[in-house]
Amino acid sequence: MAASGQARGYLIVTALLGLVVTGLILAQAGLLAHVLASAASGRGAAALHGSLVALLAVVVGRAAAVQAGEVAALRGAAAVKERLRSRLARHALHLGPAWLGRQRPGELTALAAGGLDSLDPYFARYLPQLILAVAVPAAVLATVTSADWISGLIIAVTLPLIPLFAALAGLQTKAQTRRSWQLLARLSGHFLDVVQGLPTLKVFGRAAAQERLIAEVTDEYRASVMATLRIAFLSALVLELSASLATALVAVEVGLRLLYGHLDYPTALLVLLVTPEAYLPLRNASAQFHASADGITAAGRVFEILDTDVPRGLAVPGRPAAPDLRSQTIIFNGVSVAYPGRPRPVIDHLDLTISPGERITLTGPNGAGKSTILAVLLRFVAPAGGSIKVGTADLTAMAADLWRGQVGWLPQRPALFPWSAAENIALGEPGAPRAAVERAATLAGAAEFISELPDGYDTVLDERALRLSAGQRQKIALARLFLRQTPLLLLDEPTAHLDPASAAEVDAALGSLTGERTVILVTHRDGPVLGPGRTLVVRDGAVTEAGHGALSGARTDQPTASAVAARPGTAPSAAAAPAI
Amino acid sequence: MTSTGERANAAESGRPERGAPGPATARPGASRTAPLLSLLRLARPLRSRLLIAAAAGAMATGCGVGLLATSGFLLARASQHPDIAALSVAVVAVRGLSIGRAGFRYAERLAAHDVAFRVLAQVRVAIWRRLDTLAPAGLPAFRSGDLLTRLVSDVDATQDLFIRGITPPLAAALAGSAAVAACLALLSPAGLVLAAGLLAGAVLVPVLALSAVRAPARRAAPARGQFSAALNDALAGAADLHAFGAQDVALGRAEAANRELAGLAARSAAASGLGTGLASLTAGLTLWGVLLLGVAAAGSGSLSRVPLAVLTLTALASFEAVTALPAAAVQLSHSRRSAGRIAEVMDARGPVTDPPEPRQLPAGEFTVSLRGAQVRYRPGGPLAVDGVSLDLPPGRRIALVGPNGAGKSTVAAILLRFRDLAGGSATLGGHELASYRADDVRSVIGGCPQDPHVFDATIAENLRLARPAASCAELTDVLARVGLRDWIGSLPDGLDTQVGPSGAAVSGGQRQRIALARALLADPAVLILDEPTAHLDPDGRRSLATDLLTVTAGRAVLLITHDLDGLDQVDEIVVMDRGRVVERGTHEKLAAGDGQYQRMWRSTLPMPA
Repeated sequence: MAASGQARGYLIVTALLGLVVTGLILAQAGLLAHVLASAASGRGAAALHGSLVALLAVVVGRAAAVQAGEVAALRGAAAVKERLRSRLARHALHLGPAWLGRQRPGELTALAAGGLDSLDPYFARYLPQLILAVAVPAAVLATVTSADWISGLIIAVTLPLIPLFAALAGLQTKAQTRRSWQLLARLSGHFLDVVQGLPTLKVFGRAAAQERLIAEVTDEYRASVMATLRIAFLSALVLELSASLATALVAVEVGLRLLYGHLDYPTALLVLLVTPEAYLPLRNASAQFHASADGITAAGRVFEILDTDVPRGLAVPGRPAAPDLRSQTIIFNGVSVAYPGRPRPVIDHLDLTISPGERITLTGPNGAGKSTILAVLLRFVAPAGGSIKVGTADLTAMAADLWRGQVGWLPQRPALFPWSAAENIALGEPGAPRAAVERAATLAGAAEFISELPDGYDTVLDERALRLSAGQRQKIALARLFLRQTPLLLLDEPTAHLDPASAAEVDAALGSLTGERTVILVTHRDGPVLGPGRTLVVRDGAVTEAGHGALSGARTDQPTASAVAARPGTAPSAAAAPAI
Repeated sequence: MTSTGERANAAESGRPERGAPGPATARPGASRTAPLLSLLRLARPLRSRLLIAAAAGAMATGCGVGLLATSGFLLARASQHPDIAALSVAVVAVRGLSIGRAGFRYAERLAAHDVAFRVLAQVRVAIWRRLDTLAPAGLPAFRSGDLLTRLVSDVDATQDLFIRGITPPLAAALAGSAAVAACLALLSPAGLVLAAGLLAGAVLVPVLALSAVRAPARRAAPARGQFSAALNDALAGAADLHAFGAQDVALGRAEAANRELAGLAARSAAASGLGTGLASLTAGLTLWGVLLLGVAAAGSGSLSRVPLAVLTLTALASFEAVTALPAAAVQLSHSRRSAGRIAEVMDARGPVTDPPEPRQLPAGEFTVSLRGAQVRYRPGGPLAVDGVSLDLPPGRRIALVGPNGAGKSTVAAILLRFRDLAGGSATLGGHELASYRADDVRSVIGGCPQDPHVFDATIAENLRLARPAASCAELTDVLARVGLRDWIGSLPDGLDTQVGPSGAAVSGGQRQRIALARALLADPAVLILDEPTAHLDPDGRRSLATDLLTVTAGRAVLLITHDLDGLDQVDEIVVMDRGRVVERGTHEKLAAGDGQYQRMWRSTLPMPA
């Protein structure tokens, strides 16, 4: 709120300076008319000394006011951008991983970091010009009318024609302008596509043939863009024409009345000098509006995101805390999940009961919905149908952060942040004492390599400076779980991309973590399988029971996720043929 | 979220380039403005159109100045109460000029856009010709999607250069000179003052304004980078942050960077305002100077009321000519950077050259061989491929394996005539590859390059790239061979399904399979497949690896791969490391040995229980 107050302050200063500039424009015209008329009647520079000095002061003052106005406007823009960036970052994060996953990567960052900078022309040029577009014509009209009411009448009649024509022409040309932008974007997309594919085109001997095609396509686009521009530029033509015709009208009318002695020379000069000023800010504002189009588009996109509601059931703050998962059963009753843009639901009428302390292995082909089940339990996506009860309470009605406090998640590729190793481990417990962090790291098998980092636990895990192996990253993520000690553990292919040695180490640590907790493990069909417990096969969004520990292989004695025992065939010769 | 796999891949593609030549080195001493001039040279055939656009702009401004000056004449003369006939020309002129001003402005805008698009077509074709000889080995941009995208947007940006950067200064110069000439004729000292003022407004003010903003902008760049990084980390790690309730910690970091950025922006506002203030000051002081001289001359009787009014009003209106120039300066400064990157491409040395008298391809079957092949990415640089020998007679399948950066893709680049040899030989049918035209070589040695591109078109169009005359039945047949029969049958539009930009509308596995189908459809004598299973999940990898070994049975194939699954089916496995062949033989022999292959093979296997 502070930032928005600050921004308002700057905008008020900008507006006030706009009024000052208006006054100085009129003063300049008045002094100029006076000096010209007086000099014409034979008075020399010495006699006009006072007026000339005053004119110099006006000129300098006008420049100063213009500069100060732009500075204030830009400072206002900085304040507005800061606030929009901050709100955008917060809201985008709150919209959650499922929503973020549907956005183009980097788009939001680019929008917040660079895109909003295109608001500068809007604030620094368009807004001040808009203020002038209101203040200057009004002041000019008043001045001219008081000096010569007939000219005032002409201005009063023609002036409204400008916004009127602008609106009418704008209506006609808006579609054409948009069409020409779309054409240009498509043209640019075509060229990028063929350049990116150039190595491929060369392999197939098609590169030379494209040359003519590029020239032809560019030329075709030019022809159609020019056809739309011929209409789109008409709006500017109409504006320009009405402004300069009005000036001509006033000049001729004033000149003729001057000729017949109905008007004196200084007044006529004043009218001539201020008349164009009445039309100028309107035309400028219209031009600046186009120049700030990028900023308006960027801001529009920001507000579109800010207006996106956090899906119901994802974040419900202030509702009752979740019941204790150590004793409560989780029941999926006919749960369906659909993603926008996908024809079929990812999960279709799923029934599933998860008892406290149970171990469930979810297996099945890629894209079958295994990870979606975890995402539902993490409250990343809300079910479109059915219900999930925790004990007697509805999952989607609980406060998401309190619920997640009971859920530990080990994804396939955990995110590390460019913070210290200790801060990374304490992700879920920011206030945890160092000793607890170190204990968690030890349990996760991460203590050894962390102590070898340049600054130990205070080493910043910066991707550019430090390359941690996938296994080391996974161990840090594991340490997060050891520190948090949640009753429900969701493990999403935790060792799928690790080399065998790291996978075995992570497996061993997982063994000591799972203990008495409820565990749901998502795994590849020949990946690790939990020990005793149920194995469920997820296929096309539905779940079938594969039996109790049926796939657990040789290692039923060890209740741990294991990438080792599950893979059939251990001798090189046996595995020489594809194992699938 | 970038997957580790993608990062690893990006790292690999970046690695061979580490010592690679910046193509810019071709012209180290080139001056900083030279790239813009070379871009202008491309526009030379359109010179007259460019001048027409500038002339229209000058006429528009000139009409504006003339409108005010003639109005001044009208009033001054009228105040002398002459006969109305003395004013009739001025009355007509005022009306004509007011219409001319709007009309010429409209004409200028159209002409400037038209010439800009025509130049764009020239630049595109010129750069395409250059890229055709460079791609992919001669230009680092082909290793990075971002660099390539930037190059394309640089090319697109040349239209802005001509619309905003070239036409307005030309028009300003023409209109300004005319105004100065008029004033010089009326009162020469005043004309000189106007000339000085216009020059300051046209050159000095934009340059000063530009340099004033440059320093704060430089300071803001790292702050913006920090904010981007912090926000990116938070959004990419959103799932982890939500799961652990750590959103506010991450947002706090972004917020700190945001505050710094805002602080810098507020500080740079003063510099930005300078340009506008100076422009206003220059115009005002010039007007004042002209007025002062005019009034002095009037006082001494050497200038009467009519020329005084015309002189002053001309000076007042003529600054309209320079109002567009600060924006033009910004545009030129932007364009210089773009033009520099375009010039780098235009000046880059081609990686291969065609012989003056190319040899005809052999009529029948032939063997492709490498003997002690060596490749350097730049003259004097280290050997990226050192002493590689292999033979690909008809029907022989060779797998090339080894760690990232071992030089495997460079071997493929030799065979596809993307790179010349530094030593050793590469032959086709017993004659040097370099004695054939590169396009001819690629008509018989083909396949999938690394990261094959799927064009934003239909599946059928993507396939027909390989054989334009292929019938629908042939397309369906080849898709079936790569395991896409069911998928294509399930699509409502079938072969006419659009794959979207970069094939975004189809999955990674489908994209790779379409590329494989395309390579099979081209049916080259020697098929080179460079990591056809990259970017796929383990399931997809294994099934594609198996399928492609089945469909390529019986033809000459060089398969570059990380997947050792099924390599017992190929005739020879060549293991490369740091540019050299370290091992070769059949799977049976290598897996039983104790070399690098055996270690790689072991690491893919489950550990003994």
